Amino acid sequence: MIDYTMQPRRIRELYDRQNLLDQSIAHRMMSSEEIAFATSQWRMMWKKFIRNRVAVIGGVVVLLFYLTALFADFLAPYTLQQRMTEYSFMSPQRIHFFLNGRFQPHVYALERSRDPQTLMRVYVPDKEQPIPMRFFVKGEPYKLFGLLPANRRLFGVEEGIVSILGTDGQGRDMFSRIIIGSQISLTIGLVGVILSLVIGALTGVASGYFGGWVDNIVQRLIEIVRSFPPIPLWMALSAALPRHWPPLWTYFAITVILSLIGWTWLARQLRGKVLALREEDFVMAARLAGAGHGWIIVKHLIPATFSHIIVISTLAMPAMILAESALSFLGLGLRPPLTSWGVLLQQAQNIQVLLLYPWLMTPGIFVALSILAFNFLGDGLRDAADPYTV
Amino acid sequence: MNETANAETILEVRNLTKHFPIYRGFIRKVVGRVQAVNEVSFSVRKGETLGIVGESGCGKTTLGRIILRAYTATDGEVLFRRDTEMVNTFSLKGKELKQLRRNMQIIFQDPFSSLNPRKTVMEIVGEPLLIHGVARGKELESRIGALLELVGLNVKHMNRYPNAFSGGQRQRIGIARALALNPKLVVCDEPVSALDVSVQAQVVNLLEDLQKELGLTYLFIAHDLSVVEHISDRIAVMYLGSFVEMAVAEELYKSPRHPYTEALLSAVPLTDPHTRKVRIVLPGELPNPSDPPSGCRFHTRCSHARDNCKTDVPSWNEISPGHWVACHYAESLSLNGIVTVDRK
Ligand SMILES: Nc1ncnc2c1ncn2[C@@H]1O[C@H](COP(=O)(O)OP(=O)(O)O)[C@@H](O)[C@H]1O
Ligand SMILES: [Mg+2]
Repeated sequence: MIDYTMQPRRIRELYDRQNLLDQSIAHRMMSSEEIAFATSQWRMMWKKFIRNRVAVIGGVVVLLFYLTALFADFLAPYTLQQRMTEYSFMSPQRIHFFLNGRFQPHVYALERSRDPQTLMRVYVPDKEQPIPMRFFVKGEPYKLFGLLPANRRLFGVEEGIVSILGTDGQGRDMFSRIIIGSQISLTIGLVGVILSLVIGALTGVASGYFGGWVDNIVQRLIEIVRSFPPIPLWMALSAALPRHWPPLWTYFAITVILSLIGWTWLARQLRGKVLALREEDFVMAARLAGAGHGWIIVKHLIPATFSHIIVISTLAMPAMILAESALSFLGLGLRPPLTSWGVLLQQAQNIQVLLLYPWLMTPGIFVALSILAFNFLGDGLRDAADPYTV
Repeated sequence: MNETANAETILEVRNLTKHFPIYRGFIRKVVGRVQAVNEVSFSVRKGETLGIVGESGCGKTTLGRIILRAYTATDGEVLFRRDTEMVNTFSLKGKELKQLRRNMQIIFQDPFSSLNPRKTVMEIVGEPLLIHGVARGKELESRIGALLELVGLNVKHMNRYPNAFSGGQRQRIGIARALALNPKLVVCDEPVSALDVSVQAQVVNLLEDLQKELGLTYLFIAHDLSVVEHISDRIAVMYLGSFVEMAVAEELYKSPRHPYTEALLSAVPLTDPHTRKVRIVLPGELPNPSDPPSGCRFHTRCSHARDNCKTDVPSWNEISPGHWVACHYAESLSLNGIVTVDRK
């Protein structure tokens, strides 16, 4: 028997011994085939997924978004509420990288003046006064992950201000607020999706598997929930939330409201999938081997629907993020001091802002970016999800 | 009406009937019933193979699945041997039902749908063993290995997924799974219908070998008489939910007593071309099982039918020892059989 892990050179030595070589090739093919045949569904999904450029980019962006949210306090030069009143409504600052031919990121100190025509406050960079940006600087103290007390921040300046996305009317740094706001915007979608997942998976699988009256009740319920137009329903529900609730309660109430409709999509999809699976002979085989409902659901149905669950929840994320933004934008969702992208946008809610301080709209770009990224990722996952048609 | 159950009987089916309700509309009103199986009675001796033959849609699968308690019967009963007594399987629950399931297993028609594409061969064959807590770990693995060897599969391929196997190999995996719990009775539901002709014989031979080795009893379902010929001791012919004839295989082939059996036989390809006879093509379509013909269900397609066939349901009679027929004129018609070549 030939060791098929042998070095290429060793194989070349055997070249003239034709039969041995044949044997070795046959053996090699066998073993690589064996690997291909033993490829699990997940590996096949992964292989198909990484071939889809757009989806991979989407995935990377999503990952970056969540990493940013996780380390937001460290990445943001300022805290959420830190006011630098002398710099209100400041437009985004340019960062310069080279100072006197040396690599030294810096900004320039700003002179305040007024535009003689519009009487708007303008900030003029003073080229004579570069302010070097420092890395891992001491800033306002914060708690990393809400636990570890820390005060180092990725970058900052020791005097003046660094504000790459400008400031709002109270002199708060937009960049910091957007980054920290992403924590709420991105997790509210996640929590909402998980909640819809749990409800949707339970009802969907039960509905498809048991059929009969269980199915009937679940389907009617879904129809009722779906017959409400979502935005007015959300508005009504969130308007009904007591104003005096602590922010955390409001946050969870909003996720519940958002998932109230979200679960129906998952339930419908899973029901259809389970209905088809239920008729498969391998499910019958398990039953006739003596398996109970629990065994069949856990060992056969859930694994077969798992890829769907992941795909559907990825595709549900944008809707959740958008819904939160929309609600908050309308003043019905989260309210300050809770800060999400929707809350930030709500503060940029008039035509004057749009014209004079357009940088206050940048949270909208982040909303759009995250939604696009999720959609690309979700589409890619969906395409990759079904390597086998059952 | 039944053969008397003797000590050899392993399965006895009495007046088994299954009607599937047809639902319509929002409140799921029952608007009709598919009469899939109608008053079927027979018994099976330990170690024998009873072939069940009939056109597609005549209720063979349904019959097999009621016996296996996959479907609940509308009427009738199924008795299965447990040690010395015959137990009414429909009354079993919980542990006892689970125990019954160990004793009767199924081999499916579709080699694709019957194996979960997300499980390895090892997981598929090992599943019944795990469900019954028979074995785990190393012990489980060695038993799975033994089962795979038994059905002629390479033990090294244990970690492959079903998509790596051909139809015939998939059926072998299904057979290994069916045998995992040492069943006494195996319902083979058209186990070779979906396979290439070249592979069919191999799988049938395997089933025959396994029967000899393990003392299995088979209910062997097929949609034509050519497949069951070699493997069956007795053959039952089914039409539109009812048994129309049942006899020892040779006798059924040589001297059929039901016009439907004659028609099926005329379609069997013969090895000797000189003995070729005219193929009987039945007129008309297979009637809808939700609205079966009155009287004898076969009368709409029977060339021998007379007036009373349209109104009177023929009874299931034993016209000679072991030869059962449901036809008013079973004694008087002279029907053509075929001479089969080698029987086992
Ligand atoms: N689960 C079911 N619900 C309703 N009708 C069914 C069901 N299973 C089978 N039938 C009907 O019962 C009849 C017999 O089907 P089946 O037993 O599968 O026939 P065969 O196996 O002989 O082809 C067919 O008319 C079929 O449509
Ligand atoms: Mg069938």
